[in-house]
Amino acid sequence: MPRNVTVEVENDSRPLFSKQKKLWTFPFILAILCVVTLGIVSLFTGVYDIWGQEDGWDMFFITRVPRTIALMLTGAAMAMTGLIMHLITQNKMVEPTTIGTTEWAGLGLLTVYLLIPGPSLVMRMTGAIVFSFAGTMIFFFFLRRVRLRSSLIVPIIGLMLGAVISAFSTFMTLFFNMSQTIEGWFIGSFAAVQVGRYEYLWMIIIVTFIIFMYANRLTLAGLGEDIAKTLGVNYNHLILLANALIAVAVGIVAAVIGNIPFLGLIVPNIISMIRGDDLRSNLPWVCLMGMGTITLCDIISRTIIMPFEVPVSLILGTVGAVVFIFILLRQRKSRRLR
Amino acid sequence: MNTFDTQLHPNVEIDASLRSRRTTSAFRSKKEKTRYWILLSLFIGLGLIATLGLLLYNNPVPVDSPSFIPVVKRRLVAIVAMFIAALCHSFSTVAFQSVTSNRIITPSLLGYESLYSFIQTSTLFFFGAGALVGFTGTGAFFFQVSLMVFMSLILYGWLLSGKYGNLHLMLLVGIIIGSGLNSASGFMRRMLAPSEFDLLQSRLIGSVNNADAEYFPIVIPLVLLTVLCLYFFSRKLNVLSLGKDVATSFGVKYQASIIYTLVLIAVLMSISTSLIGPLTFFGFLVAMLSYQAAPTYDHRYVFPMAFAIGFSILTSAYFLLYHVFHAQTVVSVIIELFGGLIFLIVILRKRSL
Repeated sequence: MPRNVTVEVENDSRPLFSKQKKLWTFPFILAILCVVTLGIVSLFTGVYDIWGQEDGWDMFFITRVPRTIALMLTGAAMAMTGLIMHLITQNKMVEPTTIGTTEWAGLGLLTVYLLIPGPSLVMRMTGAIVFSFAGTMIFFFFLRRVRLRSSLIVPIIGLMLGAVISAFSTFMTLFFNMSQTIEGWFIGSFAAVQVGRYEYLWMIIIVTFIIFMYANRLTLAGLGEDIAKTLGVNYNHLILLANALIAVAVGIVAAVIGNIPFLGLIVPNIISMIRGDDLRSNLPWVCLMGMGTITLCDIISRTIIMPFEVPVSLILGTVGAVVFIFILLRQRKSRRLR
Repeated sequence: MNTFDTQLHPNVEIDASLRSRRTTSAFRSKKEKTRYWILLSLFIGLGLIATLGLLLYNNPVPVDSPSFIPVVKRRLVAIVAMFIAALCHSFSTVAFQSVTSNRIITPSLLGYESLYSFIQTSTLFFFGAGALVGFTGTGAFFFQVSLMVFMSLILYGWLLSGKYGNLHLMLLVGIIIGSGLNSASGFMRRMLAPSEFDLLQSRLIGSVNNADAEYFPIVIPLVLLTVLCLYFFSRKLNVLSLGKDVATSFGVKYQASIIYTLVLIAVLMSISTSLIGPLTFFGFLVAMLSYQAAPTYDHRYVFPMAFAIGFSILTSAYFLLYHVFHAQTVVSVIIELFGGLIFLIVILRKRSL
């Protein structure tokens, strides 16, 4: 199909009679306001007295601003990767934590540490990206080959796969005596974010842009291989592209921040419970809610044992598990009726 | 869609010689039966040799010295721990895979080790270091095991019974509760003072070498009793492994039998975890190998084979890594790694799940 036809089809195929046609509705503006408020609270949460001290405002721009930006970017990235994974696997239980992508990224980091002594951030990031791409592709390859009796088996296998990879990582760390290096990684925290250490997260903006461009085609891919092909989508290319985007986002976050569990699972699920499954109109919502959730968790993590802080991944892991179970149980009625 | 023939298990291929005479034996032919017994005795032999090796090899004192017996006794503790671990993991994994009709999942997924570390951490967190130090002995051990069994009973009872009962859902919820508990205990650990953290750390790292011999008098009878219960439930398990619909039409009370089996599994897993720490893929490895070695679906034959394989794997791995490769710290990690690799190979070759 020539390109202009695709564009035409995309323009004509908006959900005409849907309430969701307009983006700038009142709830959306309210949500933006909430996230902005959370961002401002995050800017002014901390032990250092930025009003009283002389270099207070320097500190503000060295740590607080980067931290808040990093939170926003990471939240958006993890929530979006979750959403795309849900679409292309047609399974709402799949996300980087439940199919082992995060563990693959960790293995990539470890490999880089082994091959190159004292690697730079770019090298670590490349390692994480390459490995998470490979890991995600392996899982997709497996999903496409296998006939499934239940959609719940997918995250079970994925989590076991993740356990295998992390067993392998543990073996390597013990064997090469590097557990200290990697120990800190598996717990994601924004404590170390400051000017000069987070800038790569800006690449997530590019990823977001590409996802918005391909939003409609990804929705079509979500209908399954056969239907997507009939509708003129190059399915294999699209899957490859989606996986690459996921790998880049997860890899960057893994190298810069660490492991952020469950965000990609709970945010898109809650949004799709409320709004249905149109990717293009849901994306802004998913981004916003991802940002809001992670910022809120980070504020809690910074205030709960002041003047120290708890890694945000532990809070997300606890809260996320509860929300995930709630989602699972909510769905079990409808699954049974089908 | 896929062709129909992929559904057939390779073992079920019908060959002409079998069709002629139908029997109710657990094996398809005399040859397979002999093969089973030979393999079983081989594995038992291997286990015994490795046990003797672990007990006697490289003993620093000569046989006639009076301190010879204490050294052997010290080593015997580790052997008994391996025996218990092999018994727990082999029986629980085989039974678990049968009731779930799925040969690639293990009961370790249900988050027993997370629950274990959560109990320990929260004891320290809420009641202080004194309570954790006092939280030893058989009473505390018993309390912990019964708490773990109770928790899994709630989970099973809640998610498996009723109109919407679903085994996969139960599994997934179990896994997620496990990871949530892990995060929660990590969270509490962050707030501990370093000295308290040290105390906890020493408690949480389990291995056959620091298994506490004090618990053996209650653990061994309990494990043996549970294992016997499972063994005498074999005939029911044979039917249960055919799936819910078939089992129900054969007249088995499906839900009650499944919950009964799962409780027995919970007892075994809780004991194993609180005695020697987590082993995720060991059970998988053992079950995998025993299905290969025992060409039958009858649990009365699969269980002993699984146990023999489990015990011989543990003892020979420890023997090799201690005395041949001198890599003492990584034994369980290597077993896990090997099990994990086999798991990867198996799921990548599967056509349906």
